[in-house]
Amino acid sequence: MESTIHATQAVVSLDVALPGIIWGWMITLNMWAKSIGTGVILVGAFLLYRHKREEMPNLRWMMPLLAFIFLNIFLLFTLTDLHQPYRMVNIFLHPHWTSAITVGAWMASLFLLLITIMLIIGVGEELPGVPFKGCKLTAWGRNKGGLYDALFPFVVFLAIPVTLYTAIIMAESSARELWQAPAEVMQMMWAAFMAGASALILVSSNWSKEARRDLALVLAIATFFSFMMYMGEYFFSFKSAEGEATLAFVHSGGPYNIEFWFGMVLGFIIPFFIAVGNMKSDNKTLLRVAAILALVGLYMAKDVWLKIPQLLNLS
Amino acid sequence: MKLGFLVDLNLCMGCKGCEVACKVENEVPLSTWRLRVKYIDIGTFPDTSRSFTPLRCNHCESAPCERICPVSALHYLENGIVNVDSARCIGCAGCMMACPYGAIYMDPETNTADKCTYCAHRIESGMMPACVVVCPVQANIFGDIEDDNSNISQYIMEHQGAVQVRKPEKNTKPTHFYVGGGTQTLDPLAHERLEGYGLFNNVTHLEAIGDKHHSVLDRFLAPFESEEKYDNRSFVDFDNKDYKSELTQGDK
Repeated sequence: MESTIHATQAVVSLDVALPGIIWGWMITLNMWAKSIGTGVILVGAFLLYRHKREEMPNLRWMMPLLAFIFLNIFLLFTLTDLHQPYRMVNIFLHPHWTSAITVGAWMASLFLLLITIMLIIGVGEELPGVPFKGCKLTAWGRNKGGLYDALFPFVVFLAIPVTLYTAIIMAESSARELWQAPAEVMQMMWAAFMAGASALILVSSNWSKEARRDLALVLAIATFFSFMMYMGEYFFSFKSAEGEATLAFVHSGGPYNIEFWFGMVLGFIIPFFIAVGNMKSDNKTLLRVAAILALVGLYMAKDVWLKIPQLLNLS
Repeated sequence: MKLGFLVDLNLCMGCKGCEVACKVENEVPLSTWRLRVKYIDIGTFPDTSRSFTPLRCNHCESAPCERICPVSALHYLENGIVNVDSARCIGCAGCMMACPYGAIYMDPETNTADKCTYCAHRIESGMMPACVVVCPVQANIFGDIEDDNSNISQYIMEHQGAVQVRKPEKNTKPTHFYVGGGTQTLDPLAHERLEGYGLFNNVTHLEAIGDKHHSVLDRFLAPFESEEKYDNRSFVDFDNKDYKSELTQGDK
């Protein structure tokens, strides 16, 4: 940190222009979309374990559909953020296995493939005539319910490392001390539960009250623990000079102060109380509001946490 | 063999000869640097001193950039140099996020990551890096740090206790050493960067990572466009309106 005595005060008097934010909003969107993509599978699995399929009539096709849409958004923005997008193929042709980017890209691709198969089967079984009459793809999937059930445990298992690998990328980004905290791994997991529960709440209008209560429970737990972890990192990172310098950007007067606290209140505190209240008395509209707020707040929190370590000068 | 660098900051006089030689030797584009010399003023007027710190890739033995690169574009050579294969680089910027020394940049002409390679091409031909050759006071000392009789090893032994690396707490094991440095010169958090008060300009941060005209759409269209459209475009149509307005005011 800057010196407080005159004799050691140091000021840069000539230097070059330094890079600003390198990973910007596209990476925020990428992480946010992946949280939804894997979260709906994890929360969907929990619901299927707790309830009968009839209580959640559209879950069998809606769950892979949501995962498919948001995983494609995630992969699209992964690709568009590359300065040489066509060379993405090098990850498959020349993989470097110490890199979490490589391992993640392989796992996410396999995950998307399995999700696509589940989507075809789910739509084939539940929505005959979609996307059009005589579609050979969904016709193939119509009688493959057994395959869906066989694939599902693998998909749920794979959803965990696909959720977590971004935390490993952040851990490998050793220049950014804020991301080196072990809490990042659990933060990714809570984000997936939060995003998955929120996305499923938005399509749960014809589900049983009990199923919706479970969604509210997952949302309440995920927002609570995620908020607690953010607060833990916020206060305990003071022990290192770099951590403190990074968090200065979210402290009072810092450029990301408003976005951070807006995200915390909007995405964590308010949805927590609505979700807890909803476990007592079912209110679909309020729960939907909580879900939307949680998704918006999660994006803001992720955006701040991604950008602030990049504002520090490294050299 | 493990090649290493040592800079004696007591000798460096901030002539920037190494910076220019590196630019020329490696055809480093405008707005980017493989090697730069930072000026830092220490103390309070009139009791001040100016120090000069050349900064380049540290060619770490445990290089985070090499570990995070998904396609091995950043890789070790047998002599310990961390080299870049720009033809393989996908431009994910993972290495820029990983390098604790901010030594990697996105080349605005190729839109791939690049950095100091200790002039690996010159070393292959038995020559010294360009920055070493040009230094008028021999502040840059280069050689095999595993050979006890090399110039650099001898220098390190002579200055035992005064040899430092940048950010040792990162455990990257740099092969780039400094003699005569202090916290103010080597730790970026130990000196203030008063925005807009550089000697020659007030540009403090780069406008873009890589070519600023390389938008998302351009990235996908680039292979189908002629090279002329992209070659050096960032630098030809730079924004010169401040200069023009100054001229207009001067005329009045």
